[in-house]
Amino acid sequence: MTDPILQVKDLRVYYGTPGKPVRAVDGVSLEIGESEVVGLVGESGCGKSTLGRGILGLLPEGARADGEVLFGGRNLVTMSPKAVRNMRGPELGLIFQEPMTRLNPLLRISDHFTETLQQHEPKLTDAEMRRRSLETLGRMGIPPTRFRQYPHEFSGGMRQRIMIALALVLRPKLLVADEPTTSLDVIVEGQILALLADLKRNFGTALLLITHNLGIVAESCDRMAVMYAGRIAEEGNVREVFADPSHPYTRELLRSTISLDTTELHSIPGAPPNLIDPPPGCRFHPRCPNAMQVCNQLEPIEQRSDGRRVFCWLHGPSARMPAGGEAPLEREAIGVADEA
Amino acid sequence: MAASAPAAPRTPYGRARLLALGRATKPIRDASGIARAMFWSGVAITFFFIVLAVFAPLISPYNFNQYKSGGIRFPQLGHPSAAHWMGTTVQSSDVMARVIYGAQTELKVVVIALAMSLTVGVPLGLISGYFGGILDRFLVLIMDALFAFPYLLIAIVIAFLLATSSIGGGILTAAIAITAAYVPLYFRVVRNHVISVREEPYVDAARALGARPRTVIRKYVFFNVVQNVPPIATLNAADAILLLASLGFLGYGIQPTQGAEWGYDVSRAVSDAASGIWWTGLFPGLAIVLLVTGLTLVGEGLNETINPVLRRRRFGRFEFEPVPGPTEEAE
Amino acid sequence: MTGTSLRTYLITRLALVLPMVFILLTLVFLLLRVAPGNPIEAALGGHVPAAYVHQIERRLGFDKPLITQYGDYLWNILRGHLGTTITDNRPLSQIIEQNGAATLELTFFAMLIAIVVGVLVGLVAGRYRDTPLDVFGRLFGILVYATPVFFLGLMAQLVFGVWLNWLPTSDQASPLTQALLQTHTNIYFIDAIWDGNWGALWDVTKHLILPASTLGLVTAGVFIRLVRVNVIRTLRDDYIEAARARGIVERRVVYAHAFKNALVPVITIVGLNLATLLGGAVLTETTFNWPGIGHELVLYLENRDYVAVQGIIVVFALVVVAVSVLVDFINAYVDPRIRY
Repeated sequence: MTDPILQVKDLRVYYGTPGKPVRAVDGVSLEIGESEVVGLVGESGCGKSTLGRGILGLLPEGARADGEVLFGGRNLVTMSPKAVRNMRGPELGLIFQEPMTRLNPLLRISDHFTETLQQHEPKLTDAEMRRRSLETLGRMGIPPTRFRQYPHEFSGGMRQRIMIALALVLRPKLLVADEPTTSLDVIVEGQILALLADLKRNFGTALLLITHNLGIVAESCDRMAVMYAGRIAEEGNVREVFADPSHPYTRELLRSTISLDTTELHSIPGAPPNLIDPPPGCRFHPRCPNAMQVCNQLEPIEQRSDGRRVFCWLHGPSARMPAGGEAPLEREAIGVADEA
Repeated sequence: MAASAPAAPRTPYGRARLLALGRATKPIRDASGIARAMFWSGVAITFFFIVLAVFAPLISPYNFNQYKSGGIRFPQLGHPSAAHWMGTTVQSSDVMARVIYGAQTELKVVVIALAMSLTVGVPLGLISGYFGGILDRFLVLIMDALFAFPYLLIAIVIAFLLATSSIGGGILTAAIAITAAYVPLYFRVVRNHVISVREEPYVDAARALGARPRTVIRKYVFFNVVQNVPPIATLNAADAILLLASLGFLGYGIQPTQGAEWGYDVSRAVSDAASGIWWTGLFPGLAIVLLVTGLTLVGEGLNETINPVLRRRRFGRFEFEPVPGPTEEAE
Repeated sequence: MTGTSLRTYLITRLALVLPMVFILLTLVFLLLRVAPGNPIEAALGGHVPAAYVHQIERRLGFDKPLITQYGDYLWNILRGHLGTTITDNRPLSQIIEQNGAATLELTFFAMLIAIVVGVLVGLVAGRYRDTPLDVFGRLFGILVYATPVFFLGLMAQLVFGVWLNWLPTSDQASPLTQALLQTHTNIYFIDAIWDGNWGALWDVTKHLILPASTLGLVTAGVFIRLVRVNVIRTLRDDYIEAARARGIVERRVVYAHAFKNALVPVITIVGLNLATLLGGAVLTETTFNWPGIGHELVLYLENRDYVAVQGIIVVFALVVVAVSVLVDFINAYVDPRIRY
């Protein structure tokens, strides 16, 4: 791709605990190009939210990051918090899952916009700020008559639009959306997704769409990355990945989704691993139907081909495969009791 | 099978108990250092006073009403001295003795009052919250009205009424007066909690499975609600000591013959102040401050650990280990 | 969806309050009627001729059936006739005017001190949680809460009155001032300003300092804890994180969002603590010989003057209810979500 606007290289985000740290994101590399829409999928607890927040430097107390997040040529991980904060808004944006609680109930919508604009573009006149805010809101379908209303006077879907408008009013280059439609009903979800998909057309903003819903990734994204247990399993063009998944986890995920053709429920046995003491080698091996001997010994090495990246020994370089590594792995049957 | 089996293996059950204890105290062990410091210092102070109260006759050099020893009367309003570390009162009583025996009085009354408040307030709150209906609305109306009213006034009025009746003044009167003031609080807290728990999915599930109301209350609602009671009861105990001392200050506490009471002693000390005599009021007053502080520290410490909003886990420090070797490119 | 108007809210709230008033009044009536023994005899000391006792009984309506007494009682209150005391023949209305005003003066300034100290310390403690500032603030709050107001008052009298001789230790004003001051509102502070009598104002203030500070400081303890908890809770709210995600400076996040929102319940807290304040006022007035209505209550209780006690308690009940309505009203004004 042409110069990516965001390059994540070997990012690690760990959460501190009284014991050993939780390795929520454990060596993730990812690139996002200009105006691209990239989907980040995975089960709950796989680290995708942490990754999204980690990119913006919005980590909770006790969490630390290591590695590189290159944006505009600078590494956000090593930059001063103040400098990163200045970039939030005009360069990087983040919208959250529950729009109901993300607006200050005591402030009008107009106050929210004024605050953001005054923070980052203090030289604007009041009239200018008002004009920009109304324009962005208008594109999100919020009429100017409601500009001075309070958050509780809006429905969930409308609040999410307001949040998106708030994030976009400063025209950031990248917007991270952390499960933006999970708490909304399906019809509203469709509207919001349409808005987000239009971002590149209307605003030229790239979008990192974090979700556990494969359906919306198929609809809205150009590329997708599949995360499992803090690591990327597979990444590539959406249509290609859906048509021909390389990683067993992706394959199982796709088989688990329900459509009108589904006659039988399929699920992946077992549960996501403990992130304090993850399984050795490939983290998916305890649940993988194709696990081989090498899978619980060595971590899989990245394989690239045709714009696809996979971390799996099935496609791994045979030169690095130890002797006997390809033999199937003997495991105990995963009983129901082993879940969680 | 043998009729007389040997002692049943105690290990599994005993271990289960230990594990449960470990689980119960986990919040305290996980809490931030400050919450734990508060909690334990509060426990230490409270324990100190409990010891004073229980072992008063052994610890105190004199009885609380004693005004002479070996035929010689103690000095009146005597300065703190070797014989009387905290001085003496206008009636020649030893101040320190009164402070020590006062602990007995305070704890006795407060324990009785709390027990009564819990016995009345908690079941009422449980029933009212769980069953709702007319009973609930009626009780809520009364309790809310009382709840808004100053505790002291309720206690004074009840103490006043009881004092003129056959029960007379004394420990029981003070305890009942304090109970009357706090029942609305327990009722309210328990009821609110029951209502929020009542709608929880697991309670619903139990009901759907056909459990009787009594069972549901006993097994699910009660234990959930009762968890909230210790911090409230401890903070309430602190408040009750203050209330008792206030009653004593106004003259509605226990009779002087029944025991020493710190609030009463402070009220007697007011007239001493004009002459610059400070020890008759300072020591009982400090005792109140110390005991209430101790109880409040325990309550606040508990609150800090149990209340999920305030809970703050300790974060460990960690270092990132260097990543082993670069990843390879495709061939 | 427009908000309900403030006026509608007020009317609804007032309507809801009537049952509470009703119940309180009934409880007062029942309690005092239930008292065993002949209250009149008890009040007058038992050395009074029976004829006089009967005369008073008839005047107070004791010979009528209980239901009638109850009805008369309510009707009298409605008309504002609270009666005349048995022991010293003072009309209740006079007690309210004179002593009530004194209590108002004391509690107003005490509340002012409590709010200022409580809010300031609570805000700082909550913001800098678990730092030495926080620990100190909390310990301070606990200590002042644990100190009985009469003990603090006694010590204050000893130190400032007796040893240092800086401030007076009793009464509302010196006898000279009382003689010179014109009665306008019975609140000496206001009356002194009204008259332009600065000497009197200084005298009144000197008399106010010890009692108001004592009562205020002790009440502040409760405020500190509540404000601190509120600040901590608010700082965890979702819209705080969302504001940070927009790059708003931490200082503004703390002041304009967290503190402001955290203080909204302070008004309720003030209202809830009015009861505590009134209780404390009774004790403070007794300690400092302040001629307030609380002190009168204590004296009349000692004298078993049942009419006086009933009247004063009724006044307390009505004040408590009135303040609770006022507090709800202010809350609805500040927080637009509350208006039914």
